[in-house]
Amino acid sequence: MSRSGFGASLSRRLLQNRHGSRVLSHVGSLTAARPFCSESDPRSRGRTKQTLPGVSSFTPPANSSHDWVGPPDRLSNLRPIKYHIPEYERPLESRLRKLRQETEDWNHQFWTNQNISFSKEKEGFIYSCLKEKGLELRDEDGRKRTLSADEMAEFYKEFLNKNHQKHSVYNKEWYMRNFTITFLMGRVALLKAWRKLGWRQQDPKLK
Amino acid sequence: MQRWRPTACEEDTVKTRAFCCTIMYNSPCRKLTGLVGVSILQSLENAAQARLCSSNLVQLCRSSSSKWITFQHCNFLKRQYVTKTTEACQRAKPKQEALTAPLVERHPHLQDETVIRQVQQISAIDQHPSSVQSSKETLTQDTEGASSEEDPSTAQETRQWKEIKVMLGDLPGIYARLSKIRLTALVVMTASAGYAMAPVPFDPSCFLLASLGTGLASCAANSINQYFEVPFDSNMNRTKNRPLVRGQISPLHAVSFAAACAVPGITLLALTVNPLTGALGALNLFLYTCCYTPLKRLSITNTWVGAVVGAIPPVMGWTAATGSLDVGALLLGGILYSWQFPHFNALSWNLREDYSRGGYRMMSVTHPALCRRVALRHSLALIGLSVLAPALDVTSWTFPLISLPINLYISYLGYSFYRDADRSSARKLFFCSLWHLPMLLLLMLTCKKPRVDKEDKSVAHS
Repeated sequence: MSRSGFGASLSRRLLQNRHGSRVLSHVGSLTAARPFCSESDPRSRGRTKQTLPGVSSFTPPANSSHDWVGPPDRLSNLRPIKYHIPEYERPLESRLRKLRQETEDWNHQFWTNQNISFSKEKEGFIYSCLKEKGLELRDEDGRKRTLSADEMAEFYKEFLNKNHQKHSVYNKEWYMRNFTITFLMGRVALLKAWRKLGWRQQDPKLK
Repeated sequence: MQRWRPTACEEDTVKTRAFCCTIMYNSPCRKLTGLVGVSILQSLENAAQARLCSSNLVQLCRSSSSKWITFQHCNFLKRQYVTKTTEACQRAKPKQEALTAPLVERHPHLQDETVIRQVQQISAIDQHPSSVQSSKETLTQDTEGASSEEDPSTAQETRQWKEIKVMLGDLPGIYARLSKIRLTALVVMTASAGYAMAPVPFDPSCFLLASLGTGLASCAANSINQYFEVPFDSNMNRTKNRPLVRGQISPLHAVSFAAACAVPGITLLALTVNPLTGALGALNLFLYTCCYTPLKRLSITNTWVGAVVGAIPPVMGWTAATGSLDVGALLLGGILYSWQFPHFNALSWNLREDYSRGGYRMMSVTHPALCRRVALRHSLALIGLSVLAPALDVTSWTFPLISLPINLYISYLGYSFYRDADRSSARKLFFCSLWHLPMLLLLMLTCKKPRVDKEDKSVAHS
């Protein structure tokens, strides 16, 4: 079926790029490149394609020492984060930041793919249903025809069952990444607290 | 180590601001000076502001250097403007306020907000390049100060970047949303009802401790649930405003909050109430976070697990009072268990599209007929359980009679949902379930079997 064919090829291409590129330049006109301000991947440095100027052109003020969270992405509905890189970034902090950035990209790819396949397959389903009934996509007034909830329910069930395996794999990976990120965040927080404590202890000695 | 990349226009922001203001001041009245000049300036501004100021803005764009010719650059400039003006508070405020405030300061009698609105329209363009043309058209057409199509503050907020810096004042609101405070309140209410229904003297301190412990455990469970489901919640309309989804707090913060609620909560239950209640609390926490939440994406059995999770709090309330797992506790648990199905199945019926896209395995999507059948079955079961209550000496025989109207009503709605299977019948059933439960528990409380009867009986037997 053409609907599943498109979705399958799309998911294949994106999954191949899961650990690699951050730019979805080949997904078609519906998607837009989503560059990230990330120094971790040298390949992304040259790719500052600003097709989403409102999102990607944002640069936090130079004096800010916190991360910044942006509006939800048009396609994946996930909010991008600009990570602050401190002046003296420890290896652990760097590892955490890179993991968070990579997880964000991976999540973005998955959900963009998911949302696009969903809407494309939904359109295809509506079109084929209407065709079976002998109706055009638009009615006499030019409005788009919609199917009833019962008819759409068939599509929802089919889509959910079709993506069951994909979701299982995604879930496992997401849980692992989430735990790892949280664990690293905990370690970084402890490290910072330890450092602060260490400096406070040193100050009285200096006095 | 490299930090933020500075923008090309950052240094020119101050110049731009000054340039803008001088044009607006000088163009209508460049020959006038002093106080007289200022008053005449004001009146001139009031008279011909729209035309002059809009032409000045265009003049600014045209006469400025080459790098300011596009709307994207105006957008860029505006962002820099915003960040510079909010430097002092270290926090990005909604753009409308930040933009209007400096302009109004310089134009205290700026009656016509056309300029501001036009600049806002420039900034509020859709991100796609093709929409730049349409926004130019709207710029020329909309000069009357028409209000924006959607709520401006919400639109601005969602489009804006925010610093992830938690202010103490925001924390209560964030924690309330993180712990799903309304759901927690309902859970505590059912636990309190369980305590109150127990046939023992009412101990206020034990009651409060049990309620507090249950509430804390519920907060912890809900926080962990949200922590696990960030990307899924982002993609569903119902849940996209949760704190973790919006990035208001970090995952570590959410987990720390959950731990800070769970540990005192369970400890409180186990040590100050009784170990059985503590164990039930811990079991419920585990069931919700480690069974129900992951199962939501794997199998439809999650609904049955979730119903057990909902049934445990009244049992906890009862065991907090009596210290043992009596038949009455199980009956209360049974009532809550049955109630979960019409409640949740009706809710999930209208979220089928979101569940399908998000990958949630719910009966409403995969087995719609089963979903409706189960909802009806359990609505009818509520009648049966209400009749069982006096049989088990939990309530008097008045209870099945006075609870019959509301039980019949929810069963009727359950039947409508089963028969019609449409959005409106699902909504009706869901909203009915929201008031049905508190009402049922209240009626149960009023019909509670008086303990005096039992004492008389025991005296009579001896």
